[in-house]
Amino acid sequence: MQVLEEKHKLATRWFHWINFPILFVMIISGLLIYWAYDPYRIGLGSITLFHFFPDWFYDATHVDHKLSYGMALHFLFAWIFAINGLAYVIYTVVSGEWRELVPERKSFGEAVQVAMHDMGLKVPLPPQGRYNAAQRITYTGIVLMGGLSLLTGLAIYKPAQLNWLTALAGGYEWARWEHFWLTMGYLGFFGIHIAQVIRAGWANFRSMVCGYDVVELKAASAEVHGNAGKL
Amino acid sequence: MQENSKVLTPAEEISRRSRRSFIGLGVGAVAAVGGWEWLHSGEIPEGDIPGKLRAALNFNEGVVRNTLYGNDHLAKTFPASAVGKIRANGDVGIDEALDAAAWRLEVVPFGASAPAGKLVMDDLRKLPRHEEIIDFKCVEGWSTVTQFAGARFSDFTAKFAPGSEKAQCVGMRTPDEEYYVGLDMPSALHPQTLLAYEMNGEPLNDKHGAPLRLVIPVKYGIKNIKRIGRIEYADKRGDDYWAERGYDWYAGL
Repeated sequence: MQVLEEKHKLATRWFHWINFPILFVMIISGLLIYWAYDPYRIGLGSITLFHFFPDWFYDATHVDHKLSYGMALHFLFAWIFAINGLAYVIYTVVSGEWRELVPERKSFGEAVQVAMHDMGLKVPLPPQGRYNAAQRITYTGIVLMGGLSLLTGLAIYKPAQLNWLTALAGGYEWARWEHFWLTMGYLGFFGIHIAQVIRAGWANFRSMVCGYDVVELKAASAEVHGNAGKL
Repeated sequence: MQENSKVLTPAEEISRRSRRSFIGLGVGAVAAVGGWEWLHSGEIPEGDIPGKLRAALNFNEGVVRNTLYGNDHLAKTFPASAVGKIRANGDVGIDEALDAAAWRLEVVPFGASAPAGKLVMDDLRKLPRHEEIIDFKCVEGWSTVTQFAGARFSDFTAKFAPGSEKAQCVGMRTPDEEYYVGLDMPSALHPQTLLAYEMNGEPLNDKHGAPLRLVIPVKYGIKNIKRIGRIEYADKRGDDYWAERGYDWYAGL
C-alpha cells in the first residue's frame, strides 16, 4: 500500500529555496569584488597550476571593472543571507530537527560506506534516518561554512571596528583568503549536490519543493525513511 | 464542492501538493526577478550605482555608526619589521608637480564661508607629532603595512578650527580641486586619523601626497586624500570623488 510521507518540513524548504538565489548573488558579487585584487592560486613557490582567475575566464564572464557595484550588492544581500541562515539555525535547534541533521559518532564511518556505494562500489548502505551519514556530515558542514563566511566576511568588512574578529581569523589577509576558499567550497558542494539530485531522480527533487513523497508502507526498512534529498 | 469531500489517493494527493508547490516556486521566482528589476530601477548617474543600492549602503552606514563604531576601536598597529613594499595608486589631483614653496593649507572652520587661515607646513609640525604603523587598505582588496607620522586631526582641529568638532562632516580637497573626500566627524576625530607628513621614516614624497596627506586607518585608501589643499568643516556631507563613482560614501573599516 502506498502512503504519503513527509520528507522535508515547510520551513526547511523555504530556507533552502531562499538561500539558493541569495547565495548565487553573493558569489557573483563576490567575484566582482575579487576581480579587483585576485591573488589566489593553486601552486607551490613559483609553480602555479591554476590562477584564480585566468584572463579567459574574465573575458568570458565580464566581471571586470564592477567593484563598486559588487560591493553594494554584496553588502545588501549579506543581510538576507545572514538573516535567512540564522533563522534556519534557530529553527533547526528549537524544533529539534538538528537531531536528524548533525552527524552522530557512527556517521563518520558510515559516510565512507555511503560514498563508496554512491560511486558504484558494491557496498551495502547502512540504515539511515531522514539523512544518511554522508548527508549529515555535508549538510552540517555547509551550515558551519555559512557561519564562517559570515564571520570572515565581517572581519574583512570592519577590520578596525571588529579588530578582535579579524585577529581571530588570523588577520586581514587571512580572513580574505578564508572567505575566498569557503566560497570555492560552496562551488564544490554545489557540483556534487546537483549531480546527486539528478541521480536521486524526480521524486526526490519534488519532495524538496512540495515536501512529500509517495512510499510503500510495507517496506518498513531504511528505504522508507531514506534517500530524501541525496547529497 | 464534491472534489474536496473525496478522499484522494496518495498519487492524487502528491500531484495536487506538487502542483501547488511548483506554482508557488514559480511565483517566487517571478517575484525574485521582479525584485531584482526593482532594485535596479530609476535613473543611474553615469558611473554610479542604482539608487536603491546606494540607499542600502547608507543604511549599513547608519547601522555601523549606531552599533559598531567607537573611537576607542583602533585599527591594528604593527612593529616596524612588518612594514611592507609600498605601492602608489591614483594620481588624481596630484599629477601636476608640486610647488612646495607656494603650497598653503586653507582651513574653513564650521560656520565660516571663507578660509580663516592659510597654513604652512611649519604650523603643522608645531602640533604634537604622532606616529603609527598601520595596515593601509585599498578598496580593491590589497593592503600594505605602512608607517606614517604627522599631527592628529583632532589636535589640528582643536588648534586651527576650535569648535568645529561639532560639525557633522569635514571635506578635504587637493589644491587643484580634482580630488576631494567627505568624512564623517567621528572618523575624522578618531585618534588614529593623521594629517601626515612622513611615511616610512622619510618626508612624504610627491607620489604619496607631499607635503601633507590624510591617513585615516578607519577608512579605505580612497578616503586617504593626498596633497590636501583645503579643509572645510560643514554639516553637509561633502562631495566625494569615489562616492560619485559608485563607492560607499562612508567607506568605513
